[in-house]
Amino acid sequence: MLDGQAALGGALDPPSAPASAGHETGEPEFVQLLTPEGERLTHPEYDVDVTDEELRGLYRDMVVVRRLDAEGTALQRQGELALWASLLGQEAAQVGSGRALRPQDMVFPSYREHGVLYCRGIDPIKPFGLFRGVEHGGLDPHEYKFNLYTIVVGAQALHATGYAMGVALDGKVGGDDGEAVIAYFGDGASAQGDVNEAFVWASVFQAPVVFFCQNNQYAISTPVERQTRRPLVHRAAGFGFPGIRVDGNDVLACYAVTRRALDEARHGQGPSLIEACTYRMGPHTTSDDPTRYRSASEVEAWQARDPILRLRRYLANHGLADEAFFAEVDEDAARQAVTLRERVLALPDPAPLDMFDHVYAGGSPDLDAQRAEFARYLAGFAAEDAQPAESSGGGRR
Amino acid sequence: MTTLTMSKALNEGLRRALEDDPKVLIMGEDVGRLGGVFRVTDGLQKDFGEQRVFNTPLAESGIVGTAVGLALRGYRPVCEIQFDGFVYPAYDQIVSQVAKIHYRSRGRVRLPIVIRIPYGGGIGAVEHHSESPEAYFVHTPGLKVVTCSNPRDAYWMIQQAIRADDPVIFFEPKSRYWEKGEVDTDGTLADAYPLFASRVVRRVPADRPARATLIAYGPTVRTALQAAQAAADEGRELEVIDLRSLSPLDLAPVYESVRRTGRAIVVHEASRTGGLGAEIASRITEECFYSLEAPVLRVAGFDIPYPPARLEDEFLPTLDRVLDAVDRSEKW
Repeated sequence: MLDGQAALGGALDPPSAPASAGHETGEPEFVQLLTPEGERLTHPEYDVDVTDEELRGLYRDMVVVRRLDAEGTALQRQGELALWASLLGQEAAQVGSGRALRPQDMVFPSYREHGVLYCRGIDPIKPFGLFRGVEHGGLDPHEYKFNLYTIVVGAQALHATGYAMGVALDGKVGGDDGEAVIAYFGDGASAQGDVNEAFVWASVFQAPVVFFCQNNQYAISTPVERQTRRPLVHRAAGFGFPGIRVDGNDVLACYAVTRRALDEARHGQGPSLIEACTYRMGPHTTSDDPTRYRSASEVEAWQARDPILRLRRYLANHGLADEAFFAEVDEDAARQAVTLRERVLALPDPAPLDMFDHVYAGGSPDLDAQRAEFARYLAGFAAEDAQPAESSGGGRR
Repeated sequence: MTTLTMSKALNEGLRRALEDDPKVLIMGEDVGRLGGVFRVTDGLQKDFGEQRVFNTPLAESGIVGTAVGLALRGYRPVCEIQFDGFVYPAYDQIVSQVAKIHYRSRGRVRLPIVIRIPYGGGIGAVEHHSESPEAYFVHTPGLKVVTCSNPRDAYWMIQQAIRADDPVIFFEPKSRYWEKGEVDTDGTLADAYPLFASRVVRRVPADRPARATLIAYGPTVRTALQAAQAAADEGRELEVIDLRSLSPLDLAPVYESVRRTGRAIVVHEASRTGGLGAEIASRITEECFYSLEAPVLRVAGFDIPYPPARLEDEFLPTLDRVLDAVDRSEKW
């Protein structure tokens, strides 16, 4: 491993100090406003002005999304979900960037952005419906300014870029009311052609899109070193737009950096790349076993940089929140989790014939015929149930 | 009525679509100042500006993937894929995204994207420039797939495809780009023949016995019509149906014809195995079983990669191969 990459790739020795240390070692700048110990740092370019109430709000968001996420894992273990893709460890990257969005901004998520979805004010049950297998997504992207989850890795980067080209065609850039677009993807997706093509398109069309890469160090089992030899953030320069690396476990830094990038995009300054260095504390999904490919000591090292803990320390150390507040937030999160759990368990299975719906907006006689044939087949069972003795054995034709 | 080549008819159709709806965009490799390698978009950038008719970087997945985003934003992108053999880099976006987003969203999102693909052989081209990949798309639920065989259809079908609320893969038979035909450019879209419908293009008068039904689409419609004319010159009448829509298939006119003729032959340039002919033969068998005098036969490309151009006349369905199939059917 090149010495300049040790700190970022394996991320076992992430920069603990901002800019200056990075410059000395040749590492990319690493914006950090809140250390793992809860110390507040300032940054010449990327400071953030948030009220105490907003700080407590960010804390609450992170606790709630972590608790709801835990419910996803629990429900899968209990056989109520087919799968769950946990965001554990990435709460700061998602809440920080999610809260940086303005109402008019459009989000293109991958399949792990439950925290961003929550910040967007979307019913958190949506991903549970997907992973329970009752629907494929089912939300209206226009209503929430949040696109459907996209499972094929990296495809959404192009969708975000095209959408942003449309924003520019509509003339919705250039002022405070301009619209910006954000595309979420991970270190694994950075190797996909679609992500790199999205960089090309965004650059040459100067599309108002922010590429938010959550580098959580692993694509299932494959460490980031197999996706890239150089820091991912360096890609931006080659494609012709700014890139910035941020401590992805620092909610304030993620907020500050994303807010700035979105504002630049909405003002017509084109695309940018944010690499948020974080860590997927859990498995890739509930089907994964991370003990097969990473050490306990590595996980422990990242636990020390927990995104929630550091904000809690800061709030406590500065008298911005007391034990009663923290307890109340935990109770709030637990309450939301119980409600969500009950609603997930009550999600109805779709009716069999529903699977034929919405294949085509304009309909298809071919498909209508298949649907009618299957309905006839199903109706045969109903007829049998009604007259079991007489109709059995005679076939359903 | 105006006499136009198919290439020009498509150009005029695109022009009218751009005029009718400010949300229509044309994007692809070299579609701007050059007018596309086949000149189908000739002059459109000049008249509609670089915002609405624009060159893209050279990456097909990027063309289709950004078209998805533009469609989500409310635009109606018309993408040009330069040649059939270059669509595969976009295949993932087409199959996994374009075809599925309406379904994934439970109908909340519509993707009115048209993906134009010049296809088929017969122009002496190098490898990857003569393929007929339509079956891959027909096999993908969520896509609609059409192909034109003459300038009149080209003019109307491209406008109808752009107006459709579903993604449409629009195959243009490149060997027919330069053929001329009459086009009523003063007509209205509302009066045009329906997009997703087949058409009987040679009907045998009721007082004469029709010997077989030829089913063709795109470039092979002309081949089938020539075969039918040659057969008629020998006193044998054949009916010819131009499918036009490959997904959904409109086979009612085919069934009606086959019930009278008792014989059906499907003609396409694409390789035979797993091609459209197999699906059509299967459906004819289901619907016309007691009317058939012989199995449904296929005249198709062979199951080989598209051969070097000096052999394409042997690879492609020809008038003689079609008539040979008619003979085999009659002797069954």
